[in-house]
Amino acid sequence: MDREEYAKLKLIAAKARLRALEQVYTAASGHIGGSLSCMDILTVLYFHTMRVDPADPKSPDRDRFVLSKGHCTPALYAILAMRGFFPVDELKTFRSINGRLSGHPVTNIPGVDACTGSLGQGISMAAGMALAGKMDGKDYRVYAILGDGEIEEGQVWEMAMSAAKYKLDNFCAFVDVNGLQIDGPTAVVMPSEPLDEKFRAFGWNVIVIDGHDLEAIDKALNDAAACKGKPTMIIAKTVKGKGVSYMENNFKWHGVAPKTDEFNVARAELEAQIAELEGK
Amino acid sequence: MANKIATRDAYGKALVALADKYPNVVVLDADLAGSTRTEWFAAEHPDRFFDMGIAEANMMGYASGLAACGKVVFASGFSIFTTGRAWEQIRDSLAYSNLNVTVVGTHAGLSVGEDGATHQSLEDIAIMRVIPNMIVVCPCDANETTRAVEALIEYEGPAYLRLGRAGVETVTDSLPNYEFHLGKGTLLNDGTDVTICATGLTVQMSLEAVKLLAAEGISARLIDIHTIKPLDEDILLKAAKETGAIVTTEEHSVIGGLGSAVSEYLSGVCPVPVVRHGVKDVFGKSGEAGAVLKYFDITPEKIAESAKKAISLKK
Repeated sequence: MDREEYAKLKLIAAKARLRALEQVYTAASGHIGGSLSCMDILTVLYFHTMRVDPADPKSPDRDRFVLSKGHCTPALYAILAMRGFFPVDELKTFRSINGRLSGHPVTNIPGVDACTGSLGQGISMAAGMALAGKMDGKDYRVYAILGDGEIEEGQVWEMAMSAAKYKLDNFCAFVDVNGLQIDGPTAVVMPSEPLDEKFRAFGWNVIVIDGHDLEAIDKALNDAAACKGKPTMIIAKTVKGKGVSYMENNFKWHGVAPKTDEFNVARAELEAQIAELEGK
Repeated sequence: MANKIATRDAYGKALVALADKYPNVVVLDADLAGSTRTEWFAAEHPDRFFDMGIAEANMMGYASGLAACGKVVFASGFSIFTTGRAWEQIRDSLAYSNLNVTVVGTHAGLSVGEDGATHQSLEDIAIMRVIPNMIVVCPCDANETTRAVEALIEYEGPAYLRLGRAGVETVTDSLPNYEFHLGKGTLLNDGTDVTICATGLTVQMSLEAVKLLAAEGISARLIDIHTIKPLDEDILLKAAKETGAIVTTEEHSVIGGLGSAVSEYLSGVCPVPVVRHGVKDVFGKSGEAGAVLKYFDITPEKIAESAKKAISLKK
């Protein structure tokens, strides 16, 4: 990743954070904290790594992406719209009865590869897509993002066993480790660490990174693609609410929309970040 | 009497027979391939068979992912586990997106026998048919199962195929002009006093019940409802109008299954008496399959008795 690409991606991520915030504020509902924590990963995937064509969203040879932590639609929709899968203006209809941008992802939205939101399910679907690619000798890759609360679901570990069994090296998942879930810190609600050792024990190639470091995300994705015979789990350490000072590391912002004065503060902060990246 | 064949055996044979014609068919199982008979397909097509271990939830996710990439998937296991353990995965991962997955539940109903209540699924029809986009198919014999498997491969969308463990007599192969169409009931006997709607192994029992009723001078129509969803509304409406009384019979709870489906439909268009014969709101019990069925009143005699009750309720 050269400096120019890095700067471009930083700016996209900052703008996407603002788009996510606007959706949740406009809808007066939605999950902002976890959307902000996984935004840098989504940015690298959709604007740097993945082979996708918004003009042909169902191409059989495309790379697939499954947002297994399906509640983070504000992030996914912002990225898909900015990537060209549907108009950015449509983000105003997030969670509205008059639109198609469902609270959790559904497959009638262009660019959405799986219906997710019930935690633990998406990751198995992603693995199935990777298995189909192996069967058909195709070179597409499958990506997914899990939440660190989500991995409390037993299905994730059923998936972990099976993806190693079938040597799905065309499959690369992230755990967005922001350390918080609805009821509080993950370490209190249901301790799941050490995640790296657990996935390694399940037969995965494991890479631990700072999930907000775009170069580290890019390098991990390249290392995952180079790894043969094993699926890759990227343990991405993140900050819930990243980019909005009062939301950072506060589980209150898991699934609550900001009020107008709160929104104005958050918007000002994100706009300042965008202006700085644009050199204004 | 002809040799008895279990519908699960017919399923296993059909998968093998149809494998070359339909190269996109992929079969999954959850460590029950020997019992569901998918091991026969696995032996001939190891590249198209995946044993997902004792993990039904994950199996349904894989089935959905494979189907989303163009495969036609049969996800197999015991009925209680595929439909019960993985219900929400079936709902969200595969049914919402209308994916080409047939959820297969063998060992359905009381006739699994000795394994007892924990393994006797009496709720599976109810919990599968309530999911939007799902269709529900319960063939009565080997011949019908073979036809159903091919029809489900051709069908685009999610389906539940309910199969049995016990051997059952093949009755549909000798019917003149027999055709299998998803969503269409099969008239097995014409009659004017009452209509028996049966599904799965109660079809064979109902053939006996028809004879018992005939001996008492009662003319009973018999319809094999192999597709519980979508229901063959035409054949039911005609039967309600022409015979004026209905009895449904199934190896399933009287709550939510065939009886409920028929009642829900007829109550809105032609409200005639509908007597629901099946397992009362109770769990099953261990025992030899025939003994268990008898213990829970799933017999030709009780079907005939229910038919007479339906007739007595006519206005």
